[in-house]
Amino acid sequence: MNKFSLVWSNLFRRKVRTFLTLFSVLVAFLLFALLRTVVVAFEGGVELAGVDRLNVSPKYSIIDPLPVSHRNEILNVEGVTAISQQSWFGGSYQSPTNFFPKFPVRPREYFQMYSELIIDPAQLEAFENNRIGAVVPAAMAEQFEWRLGDRIPIEGDIYIKRDGNKLWEFELVGTYETPDSAFLSSAFLFNYDYFNEAIPEQMQGIVSWFTIRVENPDEAAEVAARIDAVFENSRNPTRSATEAEFTRQFASQLGDIGLMMNGILSAVFFTILLLTANTMSQAFRERIPELAVLKTFGFTDFSVSALVLAESIMLCALGGALGIGLAALVSGAIAPVVESLLGSFQLTVTTMASGMAIAVLLGVVVGLVPAISANRLQIVDALRK
Amino acid sequence: MAIVSLSNVEKRFTKGREVVEVLHGIDLEIAEGDFIALMGPSGSGKTTLLNLIGGIDQPTAGSVVVAGQELVGLSSKKLAQWRAENIGFIFQFYNLLPVLTAQRNVELPLLLTRLSGKQRKRNADVALQIVGLEDRARHKPGELSGGQQQRVAIARALVADPKVLVCDEPTGDLDRDTADEILGLLEILNKEHGKTIIMVTHDPKAASHARHTLHLDKGLLVEAVT
Ligand SMILES: Nc1ncnc2c1ncn2[C@@H]1O[C@H](COP(=O)(O)OP(=O)(O)OP(=O)(O)O)[C@@H](O)[C@H]1O
Ligand SMILES: [Mg+2]
Repeated sequence: MNKFSLVWSNLFRRKVRTFLTLFSVLVAFLLFALLRTVVVAFEGGVELAGVDRLNVSPKYSIIDPLPVSHRNEILNVEGVTAISQQSWFGGSYQSPTNFFPKFPVRPREYFQMYSELIIDPAQLEAFENNRIGAVVPAAMAEQFEWRLGDRIPIEGDIYIKRDGNKLWEFELVGTYETPDSAFLSSAFLFNYDYFNEAIPEQMQGIVSWFTIRVENPDEAAEVAARIDAVFENSRNPTRSATEAEFTRQFASQLGDIGLMMNGILSAVFFTILLLTANTMSQAFRERIPELAVLKTFGFTDFSVSALVLAESIMLCALGGALGIGLAALVSGAIAPVVESLLGSFQLTVTTMASGMAIAVLLGVVVGLVPAISANRLQIVDALRK
Repeated sequence: MAIVSLSNVEKRFTKGREVVEVLHGIDLEIAEGDFIALMGPSGSGKTTLLNLIGGIDQPTAGSVVVAGQELVGLSSKKLAQWRAENIGFIFQFYNLLPVLTAQRNVELPLLLTRLSGKQRKRNADVALQIVGLEDRARHKPGELSGGQQQRVAIARALVADPKVLVCDEPTGDLDRDTADEILGLLEILNKEHGKTIIMVTHDPKAASHARHTLHLDKGLLVEAVT
């Protein structure tokens, strides 16, 4: 036996209580590590170099779209070789819970831009030639049991037809394969020209964002800067970024991710602080006579308080380590899915280290009062009880 | 030579306005190797006196010299160190750590020494042998009878080889036969191992195992039988 095993045995005096506390601390740090990983993914800078596709979106807000007339000006920028466009249609199929993006696009240029999406050339041609034609990912067609030739009703919300009709009807003319399940590349696609003619005049000619191909991936950053410079002083300034960056921008407009996460974490840690503080002070009170006995043997005030503090730190550090370890497993498992959305989703060393530092700090804070009481404990008084 | 020497020891407890005078000028000498029974009515100050000798409390006035060390005025840290080397405590309610096995309870005071883990374990085993509990080394206190727990407590008091054992009603919670076994054990420790023992007790039969009996009444030693 050594002092470590002494602390360790004391920790498991009340097994149920210790395991419950340990479990709560574990959950808190699991949450901490995962949420921090999300924040890091959102806040992390994205390397522009090396990508051959960029998104050009409104500088300030996705709600405030770009004029379609930007197309030609963008195509004229040096280093841009191709362009495609998407508009955020909103709308719902049968029920708002069937949540998938719907984009009016220009068929051929869209599939040229997203060459990883695979479509039968005959179906692409049918898509181009059918005004109300639509194509969807094969998985989506399967999910909703759509067959080629089916009429698919979509209820518009942002866009209503100029005759006041909310109901849009599309004919399924093809399906395509997507290499990943990324949200934005699994869209319900239909003809921009049909869409643009059907909507009220004052809404026509707008685009939510453009996607461009750059000639030389090494110059992606320069091309982005050049595009944004063109529109800098126009009524519709742009922001050119990688697709991953764009997805993040898109999500972060739903709310300040960092602030939200920190809010959640503060609440979690406050709760955990109260909980573990309660456990430790209970554990301390139960043991007052034992601690006094240790002092009779010659344990100094300092060493007795160190034992109490060590116990609290050990409990929190163990919970922290288990939680962070579990987060490493979980984040590893979900990374492939999340990465297609956010670009990078990795539990960083910084997150792990700061998690452990917080765990130790939690142990110190929670153990401090019991440790001070243990230090001041008078043997004679404690033994009389 | 006296191993315990108290002169003019006073002890007062003050709680707010209330002052309790417990010991009024105690003079006491205990020879090395003696076995003293300290008797007296409840509240007479026996525990208080024992605590002063054991160096876990300080007198209000007077001098307490034990094992050649003046205890009055020592810092809490120095006292702790001194206790580790010189005193073994035995309590009425054993005060074992419930989470540790008998062997580990006995080993506890040795954590303060420079002994290696192996040596600590060996010494703990020897102490358990002396009290006749070597076959219960791996049991936790909850799995032992009261008498067995008190034996473990005695082994723990012995393990660091202190000169003086202070016992506060060590048989107060035990039946007659078990009490006699424990008292027999204390006698052996006194006679064969040369420990000086100071034992508080209410029981005249227990006191009869000691070499000398002291009576404390209202804070004064009324009669020191030699
Ligand atoms: N910390 C304290 N504060 C106030 N009074 C105390 C304190 N410790 C002891 N006393 C008082 O001192 C007196 C003697 O107490 P002590 O415990 O020494 O008696 P005792 O002889 O051991 O009694 P018992 O046989 O019941 O154990 C009692 O009146 C007790 O109330
Ligand atoms: Mg007493």
